Amino acid sequence: MSVLASLTRRSALALALGTSALIALPGISAAQEKVNLGVSIPAATHSFTAGIVWWANEAKKDLEAAHPDDLKITVKTSSGAPEQANQLQDLVTVTGINTLVIFPFESAALTQPVAQAKNKGVYVTVVDRGLTDPSAQDAYMAGDNTAFGKIPAEYFAKKYDGKANIVALRGIPTTLDNERWEAFTSVIDEHPDMKILDAQYGNWNRDDAFKVMQDFLTRFKDIDLVWAADDDMAIGVLQAIRQAGREGDIKEVFGGAGAKGMVKTIMDDDNPLIKADVSYSPKFIYEAIKRTAEARLKGEALPETTILPSELIDKSNAEDFYFPDSPF
Amino acid sequence: MPSAQEPQPNEAEGQSARASARRRLGKFDLSSQGPILGLILLAIVGTALNSDFASLANWMNVLTRTSFIGIIAVGMTFVIISGGIDLSVGSMVALIAGSIILVMNSLATHIDAPVLVVIVGMVVSLMMGAAFGTMHGLLITKGRIEPFIVTLGTLGTFRAVLTWLADGGAITLDFGLSQTYGPVYYGTLLGIPIPVWVFLGVAVIGTVLLRRTAFGRYVQAIGSNEQVARYAAVDVDRVKILTYAFLGLCVGIATLLYVPRLGSASPTTGLLWELEAIAAVIVGGTSFKGGSGRVTGTVIGAILLSVIGNILNLTSIISVHLNAAVQGIVIISVAFLQRRRP
Repeated sequence: MSVLASLTRRSALALALGTSALIALPGISAAQEKVNLGVSIPAATHSFTAGIVWWANEAKKDLEAAHPDDLKITVKTSSGAPEQANQLQDLVTVTGINTLVIFPFESAALTQPVAQAKNKGVYVTVVDRGLTDPSAQDAYMAGDNTAFGKIPAEYFAKKYDGKANIVALRGIPTTLDNERWEAFTSVIDEHPDMKILDAQYGNWNRDDAFKVMQDFLTRFKDIDLVWAADDDMAIGVLQAIRQAGREGDIKEVFGGAGAKGMVKTIMDDDNPLIKADVSYSPKFIYEAIKRTAEARLKGEALPETTILPSELIDKSNAEDFYFPDSPF
Repeated sequence: MPSAQEPQPNEAEGQSARASARRRLGKFDLSSQGPILGLILLAIVGTALNSDFASLANWMNVLTRTSFIGIIAVGMTFVIISGGIDLSVGSMVALIAGSIILVMNSLATHIDAPVLVVIVGMVVSLMMGAAFGTMHGLLITKGRIEPFIVTLGTLGTFRAVLTWLADGGAITLDFGLSQTYGPVYYGTLLGIPIPVWVFLGVAVIGTVLLRRTAFGRYVQAIGSNEQVARYAAVDVDRVKILTYAFLGLCVGIATLLYVPRLGSASPTTGLLWELEAIAAVIVGGTSFKGGSGRVTGTVIGAILLSVIGNILNLTSIISVHLNAAVQGIVIISVAFLQRRRP
């Protein structure tokens, strides 16, 4: 069922985006421009990817305004790995880019297409999901997934004196999720009185998280903390807690990624269950485009690997992480 | 019986065999009892693994969360019995949910009567569902396009429009309205949550429609043999359009119950619900080829699918990576239990 499921989902996404791709045929560009930068990112089908698209367009706006004569940025979204590979070809052959910033859908599937672009002389910055062969890229830039798991665990340990019963929700089974999960558990394991009662996949989805949390609440009478591991999932978790009338006995819910709604809640101190978050902002695509464009304009190379830090967001610094115009 | 309801020979045998099995209750018919048998087995396993499984609160959780898929699956039963399919229901839920939230939010700024605004939202949900369903029916019958293609097309379209409306993020119901609307999902009547009552109501109406009305008999006749039904002067196009419209209406009902749960719609709302609804129908014993099926089977099928997920969440015996595998194996096993002889 799940194979069929993913096929159907992909066809849905492909259909949804096929039309927009047709409309947005890349314009033929003049070759004399100094930096012709292509951005290839996932389409806005989840609030996080919506943030990615929004920040990429912000970067285009800001940077093209700052360098009107020698920088052109083309932003392309795609709904799956095959489509992204096709777009890559179009970017290289039709748009004639000489610099690429790519957020790959899948590591393995995009490695070969990216390598081909690089062989044609395109400078490549890969964002977030690494390629299986790092020689296919010039630079790599990512959010800090280890810190994403570690920060909430350390925050819990410190605030609750290393003593708590925790239930956890995980994302979609991927290496990225594993990395976060291992970072989280490795910290918890250092505290013998902190116990992870169970973890289940909530698929970064509000509805799934709601169901998983309902079942956790049925199963465990004594839950102190919830690591929801994502702000969308935290919304489902909070509803399930409210429905079960357990606001009193559960002390805190920790989401993740710094969605604007959550950051606002922390800023305004609106919900006693929501006190902190960890940043994993889609803004890193903005950083990646900016750093790549500026380095290329100067003819410099970027460091091989840049990890953009994930930070603890609490009432003291929430304002710095609040971007009301972003969809995320 | 008019000739319009003369099914093909094989189907006739199967149907009369099942009918006689129903009459002689003492005699056990494995093929039609597969889903209920599977559900009982799962309940025993669930209770053995975790005593909280059998608690009333847990069953109410499971039944409430099943109600959305269950209500849609009742409508889907008619479409599949008539030989059709609808792949778009999950996207339809997302689009209707997003649209009615936008409608209610904008109405709330003009009208200071939250109850009225919520009622308008609910009516719009029903109207949109019925309209989308009718549109499918018209494209399939008058436009002569395969149901698979029509609904594959709208599957993408509905979700894309919602994604566009939401700018890729989430559309969230105004806080005051969600306080007013909340009880539609969270409220109870005689200790049973509202969505469960509605699910029960839709299931009863579905059973009566299928078993006791001319419409129900025509749906089965068309699924059995469309040509024969046509020769027997059944208005095939009209009946088909009605099945899709009824399914659309069911989607509208499911959506108006779903919206107050989280008070938001996003591009991941209702993802893969079409497959869950189709699975519930098939696990419930309806033939994928059309011609015959049971609404009660669908209801049990839908509950069974939720129960698997519930048990997996209540226990942690196997790796969470294998959850989907367990679900797949149970689905195939139940389908095996209720298979028919060719």
